[in-house]
Amino acid sequence: MRQNGGVPATDSFGRICLQFLLTLGLFSSEKSNLAGVRHILLVLSGKGGVGKSTISTELALALRHAGKKVGILDVDLCGPSIPRMLKVQDKDVHQCDSGWVPVFVDQDKSISLMSIGFLLEKPDDAVVWRGPKKNALIKQFISDVAWGGLDFLIVDTPPGTSDEHISTVESLRPYQPLGAVLVTTPQAVSVGDVRRELTFCKKTGLRVIGIIENMSGFVCPHCSECTNIFSKGGGEELAKHAGVPFLGCVPLDPQLTQSLEEGRDFIQEFPKSSAFPALANIAQQILDGTSPQSS
Amino acid sequence: MSRGLPKQKPIEGVKQVLVLASGKGGVGKSTTAVNIALALAANDSTKSVGLLDADVYGPSIPRMMHLKGNPELTSQNLMRPLKNYGIECMSMGFLVEETAPVVWRGLMVMSAIEKLLRQVEWGQLDYLVIDMPPGTGDVQLSVSQNIPIAGAVIVSTPQDIALLDARKGAEMFRKVHVPVLGLVQNMSVFQCPKCKHETHIFGTDGVRDLAKTLGLDVLGDIPLDVNIRKTCDTGQPIVVSQPQSDMAKAYLRIAMEIIRRLPTPPG
Repeated sequence: MRQNGGVPATDSFGRICLQFLLTLGLFSSEKSNLAGVRHILLVLSGKGGVGKSTISTELALALRHAGKKVGILDVDLCGPSIPRMLKVQDKDVHQCDSGWVPVFVDQDKSISLMSIGFLLEKPDDAVVWRGPKKNALIKQFISDVAWGGLDFLIVDTPPGTSDEHISTVESLRPYQPLGAVLVTTPQAVSVGDVRRELTFCKKTGLRVIGIIENMSGFVCPHCSECTNIFSKGGGEELAKHAGVPFLGCVPLDPQLTQSLEEGRDFIQEFPKSSAFPALANIAQQILDGTSPQSS
Repeated sequence: MSRGLPKQKPIEGVKQVLVLASGKGGVGKSTTAVNIALALAANDSTKSVGLLDADVYGPSIPRMMHLKGNPELTSQNLMRPLKNYGIECMSMGFLVEETAPVVWRGLMVMSAIEKLLRQVEWGQLDYLVIDMPPGTGDVQLSVSQNIPIAGAVIVSTPQDIALLDARKGAEMFRKVHVPVLGLVQNMSVFQCPKCKHETHIFGTDGVRDLAKTLGLDVLGDIPLDVNIRKTCDTGQPIVVSQPQSDMAKAYLRIAMEIIRRLPTPPG
């Protein structure tokens, strides 16, 4: 990209060239909207319903707890869950010079969020789009959201290995994402799908930071008996088998649903939940993985 | 490319198509689809049932129905569905290796769905149960635009987040003029095997409330049970492996409710 002031503005021919180049977007005095983001992390899973959005949100909260500034990009166009989880589903997105301003979910503005949920007229509107339209919006989400300075940008994806994933990985490639965290539940049906996702990461050259085994065990609040409703150990075994790091098990937390349904503040409640220690540990592993890289 | 929307053409030999969808991933669509297909056959042994796994990216049906292998081709170049427990099955999972991801954009997925619908020798079926993938995108649109659907059943857990998506799923079917027969509340409650204490892990009765808002019926509740998961993982769905259990009976009841709401089949 040419430096600012490379063409004298007073020269009329120069002005015409400048205009032409500006419309081509080659001569832009704006920095890329992702220039201030230090690390980009994708949260993937081949399987639906394993808790990608929940883990993305919890990971963002755990990183914030460790003093980091975090952004969340919710690329799940058909089923955007995160605005609801953070109780900001009624907020609007505003425009600024460099594009869309993400929604801040807390008072100290340490967590920002962008999701298609904010762009729908009514929260119940269904987004019934085919691939090309989804791809166009994802490209816009990646280049036109003014994130500002962030330590981490967490990208929450829908299940599978489809248009959304291909477009997201392609559009993020120039910004060298840190890698992907894969979420699975322990049972065989989930592990099967996540194996496919691992192959997807290999094919697209996306580094796998590790696997998280979610909904790993349920402790009865009454008698403390632990039941492995969705089995146990499948995620850990997959990590060993595939030669990727195993980041940890996160238990099923009934308080989580309750607090969301009763409209309590998830941000305040989360540090007290039984899933928090596991997430804090995972966040620490991710932070340790970034420390050799200088800012 | 032809102008306008594709014309709906029924699948040869199939009397009625039933679609299981949700919008949300991981609520138990495949588990429910498999057990409902088996329940339809168990409730009335004169009916022939087929099961189509339309989840191109994450096909679960092969594992749940304990089926493996490439389908044979007939002399007319149609794929022969694999059969187990009396149900004819077809899935993307039979056409790709277990670890191979299907990294396809929408257009290829549409053409794959077309093949899975039309280039399969289904024979004469009373019911074809289609297990949809999560979301409201290419696959859902392709299936509803290409074949007439007798009814759709939406599966959801009681959780707020799942209901958000279930609602979108219902809205999508309204947009493409597919009748929604009702909702199934899955993972409704968990009973501790030791002390029998009941915990509503994913919330209480969210699906019933949504059904009321949308003016739909709840076809049934299925509790969170370790046995349902275990039997599906090992390829012996509970309706065939433990037919006397409460869980199996819940599925049989839901299948009956579905039949009651389907329009009278042609012929």
